[in-house]
Amino acid sequence: MLQIRSFVFALLIAVSALAGLSAPVLAQNQSDLRSLINELAKGRYDDTERQIEAIAATGEEAAVPALQALGSNDLMARKSDGAVFIVKKKSGGYQLIDPLTGDVAGEAGRRDMERIKINNRLRRAIQSALGELTLMSKNPDRRRQAAEQVFKARDTEAIETIDAALDAETDPGIATLLREARAAAVLNSDASEADKIAAVGVIKARGDQEARAILAATADSSANSGQTALHDAATRAQSHVEQILAAWNAAQNVWYGLSLGSVLLLAAIGLAITFGVMGVINMAHGEMVMIGAYTTFMVQEVIRNSAPWLFDASLAIALPLAFLIAGAVGVALERFVIRFLYGRPLETLLATWGISLILQQAVRTIFGANNREVGTPSWMSGLTEVGGLTITYNRLAIIIFSLVVFGVLITVLKSTRFGLYTRAVTQNRRMASSMGIRTPWVDAMTFGLGSGIAGIAGVALSQIDNVSPNLGQSYIIDSFMVVVFGGVGNLWGTLVGAMTLGVVNKFLEPYAGAVLAKILLLVFIILFIQKRPRGLFALKGRAVEA
Amino acid sequence: MATGIATGMNRLRRTIGGAAVAGMMATSITAGFTTGAAAQEETIKVGILHSLSGTMAISETTLKDAMLMLIEEQNKKGGLLGKKLEPVVVDPASDWPLFAEKARELISVDKVAAVFGCWTSVSRKSVLPVFEELDSILFYPVQYEGEESQRNVFYTGAAPNQQAIPAVDYLMNEEGVKRWVLAGTDYVYPRTTNKILEAYLKSKGVADEDIMINYTPFGHSDWQTIVSDIKTFGSAGKKTAVVSTINGDANVPFYKELANQGIKAEDIPVVAFSVGEEELAGLDTSPLVGHLAAWNYFQSVDTDANAEFIDAWHAFTKDEERVTNDPMEAHYIGFNMWVKAVEKAGTTDPDAVIDAMVGVSVPNLTGGYSTMMPNHHITKPVLIGEIQDDGQFQTVYETSGLVPGDAWSDFLPDSKDLISDWRAPMSCGNFNVATGKCGGKGE
Repeated sequence: MLQIRSFVFALLIAVSALAGLSAPVLAQNQSDLRSLINELAKGRYDDTERQIEAIAATGEEAAVPALQALGSNDLMARKSDGAVFIVKKKSGGYQLIDPLTGDVAGEAGRRDMERIKINNRLRRAIQSALGELTLMSKNPDRRRQAAEQVFKARDTEAIETIDAALDAETDPGIATLLREARAAAVLNSDASEADKIAAVGVIKARGDQEARAILAATADSSANSGQTALHDAATRAQSHVEQILAAWNAAQNVWYGLSLGSVLLLAAIGLAITFGVMGVINMAHGEMVMIGAYTTFMVQEVIRNSAPWLFDASLAIALPLAFLIAGAVGVALERFVIRFLYGRPLETLLATWGISLILQQAVRTIFGANNREVGTPSWMSGLTEVGGLTITYNRLAIIIFSLVVFGVLITVLKSTRFGLYTRAVTQNRRMASSMGIRTPWVDAMTFGLGSGIAGIAGVALSQIDNVSPNLGQSYIIDSFMVVVFGGVGNLWGTLVGAMTLGVVNKFLEPYAGAVLAKILLLVFIILFIQKRPRGLFALKGRAVEA
Repeated sequence: MATGIATGMNRLRRTIGGAAVAGMMATSITAGFTTGAAAQEETIKVGILHSLSGTMAISETTLKDAMLMLIEEQNKKGGLLGKKLEPVVVDPASDWPLFAEKARELISVDKVAAVFGCWTSVSRKSVLPVFEELDSILFYPVQYEGEESQRNVFYTGAAPNQQAIPAVDYLMNEEGVKRWVLAGTDYVYPRTTNKILEAYLKSKGVADEDIMINYTPFGHSDWQTIVSDIKTFGSAGKKTAVVSTINGDANVPFYKELANQGIKAEDIPVVAFSVGEEELAGLDTSPLVGHLAAWNYFQSVDTDANAEFIDAWHAFTKDEERVTNDPMEAHYIGFNMWVKAVEKAGTTDPDAVIDAMVGVSVPNLTGGYSTMMPNHHITKPVLIGEIQDDGQFQTVYETSGLVPGDAWSDFLPDSKDLISDWRAPMSCGNFNVATGKCGGKGE
């Protein structure tokens, strides 16, 4: 019993002695680190880069906030004494934060501080340094990110750090990443040929574009240094990876095609109603799309100024508004202009074109000729990789959205009373009128529906295109093309037409280039229309000849 | 509308003729306004020939405003030769032939002393014969492809050696780029610039397979395939960069796609020659930080002259958010040069002013002086900037001295022997030093 107590006592003493010893050691490191950080502000880009490497070499995780701030342009040096701080903007100046402890360290005026400038090379150095410093972080997401950064950096000096991290790593996914990062660094080092060949195997298993890049570089360098075995291995691995990539590439093209098709569908679907169902050549259709896009801009502007926390919902709020506003413009257009011109397509075309110019110039006068910034909600930014497929969230959202709009529209036309009226009026106006349907009202509402849908399309298109007065013009030709190709008067034709044109375009583009692909597509449609003048899905029966 | 369904196609065919008529009507509607409130006293008229409607309005409207501001300021200082300056604004509506008509109207009807205008090369080419025939003066403020030097035109924007070549040098030396994507919109400026760059890169030992050239139509909006091609091209184990001559409107979707596909400036930097502060104003730039642009001026340049200019601009437009850009600075330089040359000549007579222009030196906004050279191009510094998250550029490189604009590129076989000198006795825009005769390629 006594023995145990004295043992505990001894242990306590030992621990406290250790603590006493390590405190000054820590302080020593802190002051070293601080002087390293202060050095960041001195010299040219080259000097700063060396300082970043020196900080990475200390392995101190305490330096991470400073490096992150440097990367986001928030690290500044005080002009009076050269001390470096992380800064936060506030009115009239900056709040200073100690780069190591994170404590508030006073304030400074705007003129008292000088930003530490960085360029792309420094940004790369910072990324790789951050990767090395956070490889052992407790947060697995942070570790995963770190492993990826280290993989990209291919820093030979990081091999030891990676090994240490590998020993401690418990997550198998991150461990794989670390092994790949190690292999990438080994291939960059002067390790033995056998080690490098083993590393080639690891990289080959990764099988993506980055792997191809590393293998290609290895094949080049080994050919120069006469390491034939390594050269063979790298070349074989490279062609293996390229085969995999080629297969994925075809799938990727289909995806791009569907994505382009969904954009075409969105732009054309409103026109499929006004032109396809009602037979009005509406050259102002594109401007309805533009109105929808500007509505999105206005909604976001209001949200930014008064309720920033709503930003992620901005598109959802803009959708009904865009539908109503564009729809209202459409109804007004029909009531005041188009209804006087029914049965006179030439005049309709000229009048609606004039209106499209008036709308464009009106928007230019109100909002200015410049592009307006429409932000992307966070849930629509970024991408995910499915095998070798890169799927960006905004494109995915647009594909789904276009199909939903299509589904809703079909339902409205097929299963509601209003849809029944619309079809009745367009098929036989006199008969519908004698049955007691108010045909002028149906005309106005149908035109409003088509325009409203165009407005909704504008909300989606604001995510991928310019929000400028010219937005509509770039879609009007494509929209007519889709509707005519798909078969006038048939919504399903519009769907199939849009997707076909999208996919064909995207398969042509890699071989023919964007300019020629577009021309080829037009030639194809002209030939197709010669063969089948009524498009893909022609309506049959008496209505056609009426 | 009783005939209803499926007759649209026939109608479309019948109305093709109508479309042409409508097009003509459209241009004449948008074209016809001129601000020409005739003043009582005698004034010196200055023509402003920038599109205020149509596709190019996005870029050119700003330049019209900038010119109005410069003229207003000059009038506050007492005008020119004791007379007030009077701006005459016309709208050529982004319609190239209309540029020529409007230029003719400015010179022969309004009798302007000089014209400041044009943006696209095709609009400049369309007005050239008019200025030659009626012997007037045009100041052209936009970076262009070179291969031209005309007696009646003063080029205050950058020639390729004042923008493209230094940018490529920077990427090669500072970022170690070995593989190049030359991406542009399909028209004369990108095609000529890329031809020059291709020749230049090859002269620096870049292999054929390390250069990828890609053209897209105007207003191209679906960049998925091209961006993914660039990604693939960049994964060949060599540092890759994109040199972009993509025109105005197509840039926003291009940069959005880059950001979406996760291509960061640290991996594949894009250096652009047509993207300035104005173009970035329609974009969230946080995913684009680090991509580059080469110009002769950035709004972020820290000089007193620039701060003054920006303040004046904000006061004139009554909008603190309005940005300034490179072509605005070019007009600033061009306008001041013209003022100085008119004062030197003591008259606004075009021939006298054209002769007086060469050698005129005025301060630019980047803290130095720009001089008009005998080839009617000016000396400028070249700045390379990286995009920041506030939509501004941060200068990361600046040429040590001023770079004189070279009208005829040394890297094209057709033009390497040509020089331009509009001073007597040579007075030639395309003197061939090999044959010793005036009149090689070009007009």
